[in-house]
Amino acid sequence: MSNILIIAEHDGQNLNPSTAKCAQCATAIGLPFDIAVLGSSIADVAGQAATIAGTGTVYAVDAAHLGDPLAANHAQEVVAMASGYSHILGPSTTFGRDLMPRIAALLGVNQVTDISAVEGSHHFKRPIYAGNAVVDVVAPEAVTVVATVRVASWKAVDGSGSAAIESRPAAEAAVTHSRYIDLQSGGGERPDLQTASRVISGGRAMGSKENFDLIYSLADLIGAGTGASRAAVDAGFCPNDMQVGQTGKIIAPDLYIAFGISGAIQHVTGIKDAGTIVAVNKDADAPIFEIADIGLAADLFNVIPEMKQLLG
Amino acid sequence: MKILVGIKRVIDYNVRIRVKSDGSGVETDGVKMSINPFDEIALEEALRIREAGNADEVIVVSLGGNECQQQLRTGLAMGADRAIQVDSAESLQPLTIARAFLKLVEKEQAGLVMLGKQAIDGDNSQTAQMLAALWGRPQATFASAVELSGNKAMVTREVDAGLERIEVDLPAVISVDLRLNEPRFVKLPDIMKAKRKPLEVIPVEDLGVAPENDLQFTSHTPPPVREKGIMVEDAAQLVAELKTRGLL
Ligand SMILES: Cc1cc2nc3c(=O)[nH]c(=O)nc-3n(C[C@H](O)[C@H](O)[C@H](O)COP(=O)(O)OP(=O)(O)OC[C@H]3O[C@@H](n4cnc5c(N)ncnc54)[C@H](O)[C@@H]3O)c2cc1C
Repeated sequence: MSNILIIAEHDGQNLNPSTAKCAQCATAIGLPFDIAVLGSSIADVAGQAATIAGTGTVYAVDAAHLGDPLAANHAQEVVAMASGYSHILGPSTTFGRDLMPRIAALLGVNQVTDISAVEGSHHFKRPIYAGNAVVDVVAPEAVTVVATVRVASWKAVDGSGSAAIESRPAAEAAVTHSRYIDLQSGGGERPDLQTASRVISGGRAMGSKENFDLIYSLADLIGAGTGASRAAVDAGFCPNDMQVGQTGKIIAPDLYIAFGISGAIQHVTGIKDAGTIVAVNKDADAPIFEIADIGLAADLFNVIPEMKQLLG
Repeated sequence: MKILVGIKRVIDYNVRIRVKSDGSGVETDGVKMSINPFDEIALEEALRIREAGNADEVIVVSLGGNECQQQLRTGLAMGADRAIQVDSAESLQPLTIARAFLKLVEKEQAGLVMLGKQAIDGDNSQTAQMLAALWGRPQATFASAVELSGNKAMVTREVDAGLERIEVDLPAVISVDLRLNEPRFVKLPDIMKAKRKPLEVIPVEDLGVAPENDLQFTSHTPPPVREKGIMVEDAAQLVAELKTRGLL
């Protein structure tokens, strides 16, 4: 059987949009796909997965120990249901990056990371070197393809469906060597950085945690998500989940506005797929202007208040 | 306890990457090579664990040709006790690397393996998870804080939703993120001392590991370039331009 299994990402209540993006990638591969939802009390999430257009069956693997996001538990469940699938896909988010290689190793295959385009059922494109090169990857046909899907490269599938949902118990007992403790979430009520259509980011130049309020207040005026450079996160101006770039989030909003960010390659790789990039930097020679669609060489501490007035 | 630390030789992060015109890879001739920045952080953390009295020995490991001895020597200069080069003429993929690591883990009876969360060349982020899977042990990936107590490690992980904490029993594999620590600078006397520290070379075949189910990388191309845009004079022009383009 030649079929794709997509591993759903969710937080127990809501399906992450990354799942519908994996479905888009599966559609491009052109084989029928099922979705596996692993967790505890996940009827709601399974119901959401069933509405993704084109889904064959949603397998809801429901067990108390799967409620915690421990890759060791999830990987063994996926392996237990892997036979018969030619491809197993997960998102390139931290959830997928943690889980999918563990699955690949248990199946004895190498993983295709960050699929950005599909050229054939076993032929993909992906960025490497922080997006400074694109490589064609051909996976062996004799074994299962385990891959992560670069979510910034794919749109969620259109339309909706009503796939069958099949519940099953966990196949394996919980591991005893790892324990989930807690999650401290930095995010507030703003649109999720990875799916927001507008994102406003601040860099080292913001200078302090207090000054980041300028970023937040401007973002709230236009309903934007908020991001940051690594330097701003390292300096403690804002939480880690706001970091955009090679080692943070790779995003593709319609509009990205960077204030006081120099444009290091590690940052720029995170925004290359944005629709329009705007840079405000007081140094007219800052490298970010090389990739910005609209640049403004000025002091952000003047520009943001002015923009707020114009938009308020 | 022994800690194994993986060290990969990569193009330095400051180098502008150029794809070779024949598409066979990226230009490495005359290009500055360094330790993968994440691996340096993994090593720094291992050294701190040893210095706190929670480990006896830190062993740096690299897989590759003789050129990676340069990065191993840097690791020794930072403070690792000894080094192992798993010698391989061809470039190995993460599954094979994880299998080779497992052999070393068994040979050395390591209690902890510390790796970078990704290498900045392939951006794969696989080896730690694969090793943990093959070993049947915990993985604590993307660590920004590690606290050892007895036979356990409390690890703070940088995940998309914020900071997650998990507790794992040792032995375990930890992959490290950038905010875990700031690696120390190497001093000249340490470089001299490092020359006398043991560096063992083990051919990958001697570990009984051979590549399997490898991916093929058939062609490399430069990424699409973004056209240089326009400059505006002030905030009013910026807002007007965004409105014209239907973005606000
Ligand atoms: C392995 C590795 C991974 C990395 N991953 C990431 C990543 O994921 N994301 C990331 O962002 N970085 C990453 N980095 C770091 C990256 O190399 C840069 O150091 C970082 O992006 C710089 O942040 P910045 O632009 O805020 O700060 P800086 O480079 O210091 O730039 C600050 C800018 O602000 C401007 N400025 C100053 N004052 C004002 C003002 N009043 N008004 C307007 N402009 C002003 C300056 O002209 C300057 O251009 C990584 C680095 C490494 C080695």
